[in-house]
Amino acid sequence: MQSSGLGVLVRLVIARDLRLAVRHWDQVMQPLIFFAIITTLFPLAISPALDELRRIAPGVVWVAAMLASLLALESLFRPDVEDGTMEQWVLSGQPLSLLLLAKVATHWLLTGLPLVLMSPLVGTALGMPQSAWPVLMATLALGTGSLSMLGGVGAALTVSVRRGSVLLALLVLPLEMPVLIFGARAVDLAMHGEPVAGPLNLLAAALLFFVSLGPFAMAAAMRVSVET
Amino acid sequence: MWLWFHKLSSPPYAYRVATLLRPWFFWSAMALMLLAAYGGLVLAPPDYQQKDAFRIIYVHAPAAIMSLQVYVVMAIAAAVGIIWRIKLAHAVAAACAPVGAAFTVVALATGSIYGKPMWGTWWEWDPRITSELIQLFLYLGYMALRASFDDTQRADRASAILAIVGVVNVPIVKYSVVWWNSLHQAPTISKLGKPAIVLSMAWPLYTMLLGFMLYFAAVLCDRVRSEILRRERNATWLLETVKTS
Repeated sequence: MQSSGLGVLVRLVIARDLRLAVRHWDQVMQPLIFFAIITTLFPLAISPALDELRRIAPGVVWVAAMLASLLALESLFRPDVEDGTMEQWVLSGQPLSLLLLAKVATHWLLTGLPLVLMSPLVGTALGMPQSAWPVLMATLALGTGSLSMLGGVGAALTVSVRRGSVLLALLVLPLEMPVLIFGARAVDLAMHGEPVAGPLNLLAAALLFFVSLGPFAMAAAMRVSVET
Repeated sequence: MWLWFHKLSSPPYAYRVATLLRPWFFWSAMALMLLAAYGGLVLAPPDYQQKDAFRIIYVHAPAAIMSLQVYVVMAIAAAVGIIWRIKLAHAVAAACAPVGAAFTVVALATGSIYGKPMWGTWWEWDPRITSELIQLFLYLGYMALRASFDDTQRADRASAILAIVGVVNVPIVKYSVVWWNSLHQAPTISKLGKPAIVLSMAWPLYTMLLGFMLYFAAVLCDRVRSEILRRERNATWLLETVKTS
């Protein structure tokens, strides 16, 4: 049975992005190293005592993940817009929202998922108990998905702005604040042994909301950014 | 039936309408605000718990309501601009943003002043205050995005998308006191049902809110006229008007 045209399209986009990422491993690693360095700053700045760090560990891991994902957004659209690929995509007649959704999904696999996998190590370094690992990884998995989608919308809006990285942070961080609140709160609840179903469900709902509406906002923003 | 809507999308017509309406909006706003101030500061009885300190609510609550209302107006104007491709709608959205940001700052500042004698603290990270702060960041981000484009059309369309995406925060601010039980008090006035506040205290609040809305309309008239002047500076109709005046 022949797969549908859209399926082929998505597969091609994902394969292309993965191939490009493999050729530029260093660019993929940079946000992850940044994540580790940011979390190292807090014990140096506040206190090396694990008891004190344990209390702020959920927040620190989450904020570091947000900042690392912001840095990673630079490599989401800018290379393609600069060499003209995005212009071809806009003119191609294929559904731009689907193409961009595929790009963001691949980007999450390369930047969000490694953050999720690294988080138990980083959390332990800040005194987080092993019992909180599953919830930490679950909230970060759902949260980084939302961060990637919101970041994608922001990146599409600012990709043609010169030196737009700070503007991107300014636009995207306020929209991401509810995700941060629920994510950090869920990990905090898990550390105290309390039920986490509430915040986790809200995080999942937010992810579904952004994934269903985000691609259209991204496509509209990209059309504005790419036209000359 | 929609003739008035399409007529308003013509810059010279809108410019004339804004010039004519502005004094009506402004002076009625001044009258209502003075009346509400008198009612709130002098006529309303002191609260049994908060004594006279509660009177700042007559500025705080209308400012907070306006900060959300202006954002919704901005988002609707942005949507109209994108869907019907009416450039003037984008001008209205651009005009709304600084006013909305100012209302948000007033709401946060008066809330802070209100909080010190009431709750003993200048600031709390409770859901309503935090989401109102996020609202301020959304306004500032909108203005920053608009300023970062040289081409007006691209600035219009990009910031319109941002305005529409950001409207998701407005229900969060409005319902934050319903969804979370925290420091900020629950809603006392709503469109349906009896308000949990006595009439002598309530009427200055409604009057001040109406005054703020009319004031916003007046300021919007001024700002939209400036936007029209800036965008249409090379247009024939404007050069004619300037020549004859």
